[in-house]
This record gives sequence, structure tokens and C-alpha cells, in this order.
Amino acid sequence: MEELFTISVYTENNPGLLNRIATIFLKRHINIESLNVSKSEIENVHRFTIVARMTEVSVKKLVGQIEKQIEVIKAYYHRDDEIIFHETALYKIASSLLFEKREIQNIIKKSHATIVTVNPKFFVIEKTGFRKETEALYDELAPYGIMQFVRTGRISVSKTEMRISEQLKNL
Amino acid sequence: MSLKTERISGSEAVVRSLLAEGADLAYGYPGGAIMPIYDELYKYQDKLHHVLTRHEQGAIHAAQGFARVTGKVGVCLATSGPGATNLITGIADAQIDSTPLVCITGQVASHLLGTDAFQETDVISISAPVTKWNVQVTKSQDIPAAIAKAFFIAKSGRPGPVLIDITKDAQLGELDYSYEKCTSVRSYKPIPDTNVEQLKAAAELINGAKKPFIVFGQGVILGEAEAELKALIEKAGIPSAWTVLGLSALPTNHYLNVGMVGMHGHYGPNKLTNECDVLIAIGMRFDDRVTGTLETYAKQAKVIHFDIDPAEIDKNVKTDVAVLGDSKDTLGKILPFINENKHEEWHNEFKRYREIENEAVINPQLKPTKEGLTMGEVINQVNKETKGDAIIVSDVGQHQMFTVRYADFTTTRSNVTSGGLGTMGFALPAAIGAKMGAPKREVVAFIGDGGYQMTCQELGTILQTGAAVKIVVLNNEFLGMVRQWQQLFFDKRYASTVMTNPDFIKLAEAYDIQATKVSKREDLAGAVKEMIASDKSYFLEVMIEKEDNVFPMVPTGASVSDVRLS
Repeated sequence: MEELFTISVYTENNPGLLNRIATIFLKRHINIESLNVSKSEIENVHRFTIVARMTEVSVKKLVGQIEKQIEVIKAYYHRDDEIIFHETALYKIASSLLFEKREIQNIIKKSHATIVTVNPKFFVIEKTGFRKETEALYDELAPYGIMQFVRTGRISVSKTEMRISEQLKNL
Repeated sequence: MSLKTERISGSEAVVRSLLAEGADLAYGYPGGAIMPIYDELYKYQDKLHHVLTRHEQGAIHAAQGFARVTGKVGVCLATSGPGATNLITGIADAQIDSTPLVCITGQVASHLLGTDAFQETDVISISAPVTKWNVQVTKSQDIPAAIAKAFFIAKSGRPGPVLIDITKDAQLGELDYSYEKCTSVRSYKPIPDTNVEQLKAAAELINGAKKPFIVFGQGVILGEAEAELKALIEKAGIPSAWTVLGLSALPTNHYLNVGMVGMHGHYGPNKLTNECDVLIAIGMRFDDRVTGTLETYAKQAKVIHFDIDPAEIDKNVKTDVAVLGDSKDTLGKILPFINENKHEEWHNEFKRYREIENEAVINPQLKPTKEGLTMGEVINQVNKETKGDAIIVSDVGQHQMFTVRYADFTTTRSNVTSGGLGTMGFALPAAIGAKMGAPKREVVAFIGDGGYQMTCQELGTILQTGAAVKIVVLNNEFLGMVRQWQQLFFDKRYASTVMTNPDFIKLAEAYDIQATKVSKREDLAGAVKEMIASDKSYFLEVMIEKEDNVFPMVPTGASVSDVRLS
């Protein structure tokens, strides 16, 4: 059975690694649903957070292949109930609508979204949360016209420890 | 503490770093973006011998042949663009066959990167999926550390090819040179820890087994664990079979050597894979050519898997006990826990299957009654002359399967062939590298008439270097393996498998290589004798029965126990 997995990869920060990791998915014909790269809790160690749908048998093998890369320190996979995760979305909307369509103010208030910036032409709303929350806000705003929309890849932290510092010491 | 440094060029640093790693032989082909390195090779030619091949693919296969027989890291050099892309087939071959290589490619100057400059190719991206590691160096001072890391990664753990792409400005620029060998990379653990509990669990399974069966692969050779393997199988009395790349780790005539597994493996090992109660896989990776369909592969057996690569565990076959670690270490450590045993009745089952196979397949190959020559009898004739002491190189196709089935081996690291990738054109250049790696040993390359023509330009390398390689072209005027499949599965529609060949004798003679053609059985023994007696390179063409097939055979998608004898 295919499930959604969040794969966390701790790596050295070297060019070319993104390509190598992406190739591992491509070779197995697995589509990456989202990908985020950032620094991690350890100095000079970067972290990829990748979301993809596959069977547990596949994800185990895939993580094994990822860990085999020389510059990968450790990789983990988690199901949604094992992690705290979020995405952030930005919605750019025409400023005139704030005054012409008063309902928009209620939508923003109700959704606990933040207004990031306002200028005479447009304003930008930021919403952080689960996919369904950013999606719901999108659906509510769409009828009024969204000038631009963008959403980050998933970021997550695991409920249990990942012990990367220990891994590094052992290597 | 500061190391002593010297101010030298990046390209001199390349050559000095190679020398510091003990490399005194490199294969390659010059070109614009690597000229500064070649200029230094000219200056250092007394210390580092460079072999000019006739194609970059020839260079890398030669480096592979060298690495396979010596266990050392093979080194090859190529220029940017087409030079680099011509290495890719060999890199992919070395990756899937775990061969340690360091490939150095020249690259356009760093200010030209990304401009589609002359002979610019993104070789880092192209080679990423088929290298163990690769890196682009754009600064002279990064060269020694990159080469040190490359050698460490190529040869440690499960070996593999590494590529270093060096921009021309980095070659031309200067640096303060000092060399320090790389002994660790913080994100890379070459050898996983061995779990003693798993080791004991494996021993318990082996000790309790009534019908244990060992299948070993190249991991035994790469780990230099031949003696440990022999000690284990002799103490436990376990019939043992090999994969194509495991061949020569155990002498052919060892009483517990029951032959080869897989698509064209021996009858008993395939049949009995599905009857053993404990299957002990050592340094092998359950390739599809070994297992046939996984649905019915050894389902009745408990599976123990010894491997250095954690990603191999459960990749294809679910294991009951996985013993991670270096094969020499793990096989050595398990021995004290193993009870002495003999499994005579079980071993006899293999012998009975061998008798059936002798009757149906082996005798007709080795003692043919038909007029046409068989590949098996040619290989057997070479066995007689070399006493099984030669390094045997084979290309890819029918002749390769005949070679691994019929060639005799007394010594490890003597079987050089393209296993995982199945690269036609591998054998001739690989044989040149093998001969240079083991100059005192006889090197015989068996090659089909198809594969030979993929890299026969390397006869020029033999001409220039005098490498005393013995070349045997087994000529059936077909791309034989594909033809066999067309016969069996495509109603004999021989699409593009018929070969109109040139005069191979004239071709060899054009390169000043003594050449003989054999078309009749009575001429075979004399020609082989003359070839082996020669201390120079020698070309022997043997005309083979045109539509002979390799058997036994496990058809694609079939079960190993459905192995066919005809």
C-alpha cells in the first residue's frame, strides 16, 4: 500500500548532492511531492525534507540508497503521526479588494493568517499550517482573484530524537 | 603543525598526488582541457607510465582490467566534453561491478563554465548516478585533497569509481603543495559494524541446517576473504556455488565447488536453490540474472546475507539474518561458532544433477560429435595449455557464458568480465589492463565477433605498448546471444544479428600481431599451443558452429528451478 512519507536527510553542504538525491527518486520512478533544503540544528550540516508517496518497502530501500551517498550523514523516514509538520503559503491579492470586498477581512481573521505587507497595489497574506488549511484559505480567496500564490515544501521535526550528533561522532 | 609545502602548478600537483597514492600507471587520451596535466605526465614519465589508448572507453576498461586483477585503484584520464562522455560506459560498468577507479577529466576554464564553451559538458551531472562520488575542482589548492579523498573513497568499503573534474585554470594555477592521505570522511562509514548477535544467529542457522547452500559473489574477492570462505565451507561441509563475478575466489576443482548459479549457471545449483533449507549469500547482491523470478526464489529457505553494503540487505531477497561487515572479518569471526559437519547426501544431490548436465550439455560441448567447433572445446583446449593458471578475460554474450562455465581457475582475481552492466567491447581493453597489472601471468581474452569490433581499435594500444595479450575471437558470424533469444522467443526472426565480418587475420596483422585462423577441429590444439607458447600478443580466430546455444538456461521471468537443459 502506498503511503505518504516524510524523508529527512542530513548531509554535508556540498554542491551536486541535490542532483544525486533527486536521481535516486527518478531512477525508481517516484515523484517528489515537495522538497525543502535548509540548515539543521548542527553547524555545517544541511537537511533535506522530502515528501513522497510510496510503499514502506520502497521507502526503506530508497533511504538505504540515499544513505549510501558519500556526503549523506543519515536519512530517516516518518509517517505523518510521527512528526510535527507545516507548510507556509503566500497569497498576493489586489489592495482594492480589501475595501471593495469586506468579506476578505473576515476570511483573513478567521483563518489566523497574517498580513505581511500592504501597499497601494497589492497586499500579501501568509498562512502557515497543514496542507488542508492553506488549501482551504486558497479556496476561499480564489473567487476574489489571487494575483500570485506560492507554497513552501513541507518542513517537519520528528517527535522522537534523530541523534545526528551521535551519528556524526560514530562516523 | 604546518606541513612542508612547495609552490607548484595544479597539473603537477595532480601527477604528484597520483604518485603519492602509489599510482604508477594511468590510461588515457589527451585533449585541449587536460593538456597541462599531460605536459606534467611528460616530465614525470619515468615515474608515472601513461598508456595512450585509442579511445577513452578503451582507457577506462583497461583501468578496470588493471584494478580487477591487482585490487589496486585503476587510474584513467580524459579531456572535457567527448573525452569525458566516452568514459561514462566504463564508469557505469565499474559502479555496478564495484571496481575501484579514479577518473580525472579536464574541464573548460572556470570562467567559461555554463557558457556552452568548446568541449564543455556537465560531466558531474552526467556521471553522478554512476559514480560512488564525484567532484569538480576549480581552484588549484583544492587538487591534492580532492585526489586524496577520491582514492580513499574509491578503494574503501564497497569499492567504486570516482570522478574528479578539474578546470583548466585550476591545472594552470599554482598552489602550496603538500600531500596528506585521506583516512576518513565524516559523513561516510566504509564498513558497517558487525552485530555479534547476528553473527551467532547465522552460525546457529548454519549448524542446524540439513541442506545448507552457499552462494558467493565478488564480495569475497574484494574483501580478500578467499581463505576464510574456504575454511568455512570445508569446516561446515557446505556445497558452494558462485556468481559470475565470484568466479575464481574458489578453485574450480575444489570438492565443494558445485558451479555457477543463475541464468546460464549449472543445473544443480539452480535446481537446489529451491530445495536448500539455509541459503548463505556471501558478498553477492541477488541480481535478477542470479535469481530469476523472486516470487519463487528460495522461498523454502532461511536466508543469511553477508554483505558490506547495508543497502543490499533486503533489496531483492528478504533475509532472515543479515551479517554486515567486511567479508574477511565476518567470515573469520563466524568460523569458531561453526560446527564441523559433512552433508554428503545433500552434496550428492548436486553431483547427481551434474551427471545429468554432463550428459545433456557439458559432454556435447567438450567432446562434440558434430562437425562444427564449439566454444566449450576451445576454452577447454586453453585450460589444457594453461593448466587453469591464466587470467581469463571475457566480453559479453554467448562466449562469455561459455567462458565462465568452462574456463578453469586455480587463482583468485583471475576472472575479468563485465558482469552487471554487460558491456560489449569490454574484453580487449580490459585484457590490456589485466596484462599490465599482472605482467608475469598469461592473459587470455575470449571475445565474440560482435564485441570484438566494438573496441578493436585497441589493437593499436597493443601495437604501441607490446602488451602480450592472447586474443581468442570465437566467431559464429552472429550476435550470438541475441540470436539465441530470437531463436527461442522470437520465432527465429534474426533481426540485425547476422554479422558480415572483415578479415580479422588481416586486421590483426595490420597491427603486427601474429594471427591464426582455425576452422577445423584438428587444427585447434596446435594453434592454441602455439598461442600460449608465444611471449608476444597473439590473435586466434576460431570459426564456431553458427547456431549453437548456451545451456542450461533460466528464461527471463522463470523460476531457477525451471532451468532448461535444451
